[in-house]
Amino acid sequence: MTPLPTAMAPGLGVFQDAFAAALMAPSPLPPSSPLIDRLIAQPGFAVYRNTVMKGCIDALQANYPSVSRLVGDEWFRAAAALHVRQHLPRQPSLVDYGDQFAAFLAAFEPARELPYLADVARLDRFWTEAHVARDEMPVTAEAVARLSESRLAGTVLSPQASARWAWFGEQPIVTIWERNRTADAADETQADDDAAEIEWQAEGVLLVRSEGVVEWTRMTRSGCAFLDVCATGATLAEAANAALEVDAQADLAGLMAQLLRAGAFSRLAFHETRPKEHRR
Amino acid sequence: MIEDRSAGVGLKPAHYEEARAAPADGLWFEVHPENYMVDGGPRLAWLEAIRSRHPLSLHGVGMSLAADAEPDATHLRRLAELVRRFEPSRVSEHLAWSAWRGAYHPDLLPFPRSAESLARICDNIDRVQTVLGRRITIENPSHYLHMVEHEFDEIGFLAELARRTGCGLLLDVNNVFVSGRNIGFAPETYLDRFPGEFVEEIHLAGHSVDPALGEALLIDSHDAPIAPAVWSLYERLIARIGPRPTLIERDDNLPSFAELLAERQQAERVLRAPTRQAA
Repeated sequence: MTPLPTAMAPGLGVFQDAFAAALMAPSPLPPSSPLIDRLIAQPGFAVYRNTVMKGCIDALQANYPSVSRLVGDEWFRAAAALHVRQHLPRQPSLVDYGDQFAAFLAAFEPARELPYLADVARLDRFWTEAHVARDEMPVTAEAVARLSESRLAGTVLSPQASARWAWFGEQPIVTIWERNRTADAADETQADDDAAEIEWQAEGVLLVRSEGVVEWTRMTRSGCAFLDVCATGATLAEAANAALEVDAQADLAGLMAQLLRAGAFSRLAFHETRPKEHRR
Repeated sequence: MIEDRSAGVGLKPAHYEEARAAPADGLWFEVHPENYMVDGGPRLAWLEAIRSRHPLSLHGVGMSLAADAEPDATHLRRLAELVRRFEPSRVSEHLAWSAWRGAYHPDLLPFPRSAESLARICDNIDRVQTVLGRRITIENPSHYLHMVEHEFDEIGFLAELARRTGCGLLLDVNNVFVSGRNIGFAPETYLDRFPGEFVEEIHLAGHSVDPALGEALLIDSHDAPIAPAVWSLYERLIARIGPRPTLIERDDNLPSFAELLAERQQAERVLRAPTRQAA
């Protein structure tokens, strides 16, 4: 193979530093090295800039459909472009790109008049995380029913890898998210009609993937507190105490039935057999 | 096993059900492994169901072999896990870079083809082949930029990669057409010179014209049917080098599964035509 006569190329890493900077720089592009300047001057350079930006924005829009429907395509893509410049994907799989988008929206000045937007984004994010979480078999209601009352108190139920839950104390985030997640994206007028009917109240939710499909169920504040404690590896007795602290009237039997129906737990263990105890 | 005279189709989630149900007449599918780098869930379950009936090819877009850095260890491990699980007939990647200093740019970016980049890419291909325990094939990318700094032409560079690392080559005919138009060379000449002995797979896809510059700048957009000019180049190539597994690629503006199968049939007619001379 005979090398072609050429201008002297810079080192590969030097080239990549300069090319990557020009790729993501805001327009108009600042001057760079002579090589990069010759590339930037060609119309083809915009193809790379557009493809990279479009790839990131498309991935964000696919992962935040409720946010996109709430704010509309143009607003979403403009906000997403700003987010992309701050947080390029860290890895080539874009399936779960955008883990910082809710935090970005929470601090995003133009989103201030939509105070629910960041929390709606959190729920879109929950959906994605539940969708790609590892496969686990749920603990069944029958398995729990076989336990004696005394055994139950020392039981540890671990939430499914796909389980995500949150309590929103000030706004009906779940209702807003749900209507925009499941609605026909083209039906914009319906969204406005829906908004009028929403009762402005606190809400909670639990998302779990079941048989390959991400499903969700409303969750009380005490239910969310219960799950928070279960996630630490504590016993059902401790989780029940946490739930009752939040709401002394909490229906614990009803809550357990709801959680087991949703397939919220993947592992059933007993306090005395926990590895932590063996180390003593 | 993917036969030389069989054409495959790029697999998209919208077509999972039809892909699984399609007759297993040699029909194979290709996916970007990046879309399956997840811990669990329905994507993997679908791919497993389809793989149980059809051969599969993993066509990576994110290994960034032409970056002046080793392949990302996490990405490589995840690819190796998919290779173990799905036992694909072929694993391929691009002559391009995309990940740099911890940031991923979702595109296939150009670089000066120099002795330095040749050595780096050979090392990176070696590394990937060692971790996967198998050979990979490398695809010619689409070009949009003139770069006078190239020390080597693309065909010589690719052939050298194949000789030094034992990797195969994946020849994308649409990329040759698009690049020829964009940076000014005759695609026939390029294809006539391409070393057929290294070609293990061929890609066919549609392109579009730049919204502002029209025909002067073609975009490798994978959002349209394969152009007649690309079909002609493909026929010319197959007549010279003989049949090779050929993929119909479509990533955007997705048509019905039946339309993709019709393009696949068209490719198989070319693959099964009596060749003037098998190389």
